[in-house]
Amino acid sequence: MKILVCISKTPDTTAKIAFTDNNTKFVTEGVQWILNPYDEWYALVRAIELKEKDPSVTIHLINIGGADNDAIIRKALALGGDEAIRVNLESTDSFTIASQIAAIAKEGAYDLIFTGKETIDYNGSSIGGMVAELLDMPFVSLATKFELNGSVATLNREIEGGEETVEAPLPLVVSCQKGMAEQRIPNMKGIMGARTKPLKLVEPVAVDALTSIASFELPPAKAGVKLVPADQPEELVRLLHEEAKVI
Amino acid sequence: MSVLIYVDQADGQVKKASLEAASYGAEVASQLGVEANALVLGTPEVDLSSLGSQGIKKVFQVKQAELNQFDAQQQAAVIAEAVSKTGATIVVLSNNLTGKALGPRLSARLKAGLVAGAVGLPDTSAGFVVKKGVFSGKAFASIQVPTALKILALTPNAFAVKEGGGVAVVEELAVAVPAAKTKLISTNKIKGQIPLSEAELVISGGRGLKGPENWGMIEELAQLLGAATACSRAVADAHWRPHHEHVGQTGGSIAPNLYFAVGISGAIQHLAGVNRSKVIVVVNKDPEAPFFKAADYGIVGDAFEVMPKIIEAVKKLKAS
Ligand SMILES: Cc1cc2nc3c(=O)[nH]c(=O)nc-3n(C[C@H](O)[C@H](O)[C@H](O)COP(=O)(O)OP(=O)(O)OC[C@H]3O[C@@H](n4cnc5c(N)ncnc54)[C@H](O)[C@@H]3O)c2cc1C
Ligand SMILES: Nc1ncnc2c1ncn2[C@@H]1O[C@H](COP(=O)(O)O)[C@@H](O)[C@H]1O
Repeated sequence: MKILVCISKTPDTTAKIAFTDNNTKFVTEGVQWILNPYDEWYALVRAIELKEKDPSVTIHLINIGGADNDAIIRKALALGGDEAIRVNLESTDSFTIASQIAAIAKEGAYDLIFTGKETIDYNGSSIGGMVAELLDMPFVSLATKFELNGSVATLNREIEGGEETVEAPLPLVVSCQKGMAEQRIPNMKGIMGARTKPLKLVEPVAVDALTSIASFELPPAKAGVKLVPADQPEELVRLLHEEAKVI
Repeated sequence: MSVLIYVDQADGQVKKASLEAASYGAEVASQLGVEANALVLGTPEVDLSSLGSQGIKKVFQVKQAELNQFDAQQQAAVIAEAVSKTGATIVVLSNNLTGKALGPRLSARLKAGLVAGAVGLPDTSAGFVVKKGVFSGKAFASIQVPTALKILALTPNAFAVKEGGGVAVVEELAVAVPAAKTKLISTNKIKGQIPLSEAELVISGGRGLKGPENWGMIEELAQLLGAATACSRAVADAHWRPHHEHVGQTGGSIAPNLYFAVGISGAIQHLAGVNRSKVIVVVNKDPEAPFFKAADYGIVGDAFEVMPKIIEAVKKLKAS
C-alpha cells in the first residue's frame, strides 16, 4: 500500500504577524518556520503507525514550495517518511497547490492521501477537498480516527456538536486532525537516516490560479481590558448586559 | 446571473450557520442587483418557504432522501449541476464543517475561485475582493477572485441572521444523483448541548479550575445563559473535559458574541482559536495572565470565590 502525506511549512505558532510592501507581504524576518502541526502530529504520525503495523506500506511525502522548505521535509523524513517529493513552486493559491499534488498523486497511484486539517497561516482547510475532486476520489474531512480493514477504511469525522463514523473505500483522501495520532519526537536514528533518504525535486505543472491575495491587514487593536473588582461581580454582569449587550 | 446559497441540514433542521449564509448571500445578491436563491439537498422536515425571511426568492430542492446523509463527493456533483441549471455566478455556503468539505471540491470541479472563511461582504470597487481570516485569527487577507464563477464560504457567526423578509417559492429541481461512495455507520452527538461552532455565548474553563469535579460552576453559568461550554487544551489533554470542547490552534476555532474564560492563562495558541470573539471576559487570579491583554472585561480574582457570585448575579438578572 502506498500513502502520500502532504506536508507544508508554516510560521511557528508564536511568530509575530506583521506585513510590509503596502501590506501585501508577510514579514518573514525573525520568523521560525515549522512543519505545519496538523501535518506532522496527525497526518504523518498516523501514516507511520500504519506502516509499523504493516511493513509493506510505503510513505511518500509531498511538499509544494521553494528550496527553503527542505529543512522541514528532512524533519518529516526523520519522523518516518520513506521518500519525499518537492514541487518547486511557491504559491498562495490553494487550487494551484492542490493541482500539483493531484498531478503527482495520479502518477504515483496512491491508495491513501493524508493532509492536515489546515495550514495555520492561510487557514484554507481547502487542499484536501480539492485534491480529492481533481482525482475523483472520496474525501473524509476533519477525521479524528482512521482504521483500515483491507481496502475499506473506517473513520470518525467531526460534525457540528459531535462526530460521525463513516466507511469509505480506498483510494481515499483524508484531512487529519486531533485524535488521529499522538505527537512524536524524531529520534537520532531517524535524523541520521533522513539525510540519505531520497528527496526528489519536480518542476510544477502549469495551472491558472483561481485566487490571489490582494492585501493583508491586522485586526483593530483592542481598547484594553475593563477590570471589575473581584468583590463586585454583579457589576461585571451589569456591564455585559447593559454595555456590551451580550447577555 | 444569480446567487445560489447552499443550505445544509442536520437532524431534519436547517443549520443556523446556513441561515447566516442565506442572509449573507441575499445581501451579496442585493449588492449586485441579482436574485438570491437557495439550494436544499434532501428532505428536511421544515417549511423551506420560511427561507424567504432571510431574503431568499426561490428555494430549489433536490428532493431525494439519500442526500440527507452527507457525502462530499456526491453533494458536490449535485450542487455543480444545480449551479449550471440555475445560472448562478456566485455560490455561497457556510464554512462550517460541511462547507469545509464541500467548498474546495466545488472550487476544483467548477474552476471557481474559493474564499474559505469569508468574514465580510465583497468589495467590487476593483475586481471582486473578499476578506477572510488568516494566521489563525491574527490577521485578515483580502482575496481577489477573478474567475467568472465564485464561491464564498462564510465563517460561522460572522454575519447576523436576517429576519423578516418575505416568503420564498419552493421548487423541485431534478438533478441526477450519483451514488455515494462513503457510508454513514453511526452518529455520536452530545445530547441537549449547543454545538460549540454555532454557539453565540461560550463559557470556558482552564487548568485554573483544578479538576473536572469543579466544572459545575462552568456548566451552571452556561445553562443559565444558554451558552455552550469549552476548555483549554491542557484541560482536554488531562481528560477533564471531552476533546470536542478544546478550542485554540489545534482545537476548534470559534467566534461567539461572548467568550467567557475562567482560569485560562491565554497562551497564544489558545487565543488563536478564540480571538475573533466579539466580547472576551477573563476571570483569572493572576493579574499578569496574558489573557487580560486580549480581554474586553476582566476580574482579577479566585474563580472559586468569583464564579458563585457571578452565577447569583446572572440569576437575579434573569429573574428581573
Ligand atoms: C503547537 C501548540 C499548539 C497548542 N494548541 C493549543 C490549543 O489549541 N488550545 C489551547 O488551549 N492550548 C494550546 N496549546 C497549549 C498552550 O500553550 C497552553 O499550554 C494551554 O493553553 C494552557 O492551558 P490553561 O490556560 O488551561 O493552563 P495554564 O497555563 O496552567 O493556566 C492556568 C491559569 O489559571 C489561573 N488560575 C489558577 N488558579 C486559579 C483560580 N483559583 N482562579 C482563577 N484563575 C486561576 C492561572 O493564573 C493561570 O493563568 C498549544 C501549545 C503548542 C506548543
Ligand atoms: N505547499 C504545500 N505543500 C504540500 N501540502 C500542502 C501545502 N499546503 C497545504 N498542504 C496540505 O494541505 C493541508 C490543508 O492546507 P490548507 O488548505 O492550506 O489549509 C495542509 O495541512 C497540508 O497537509
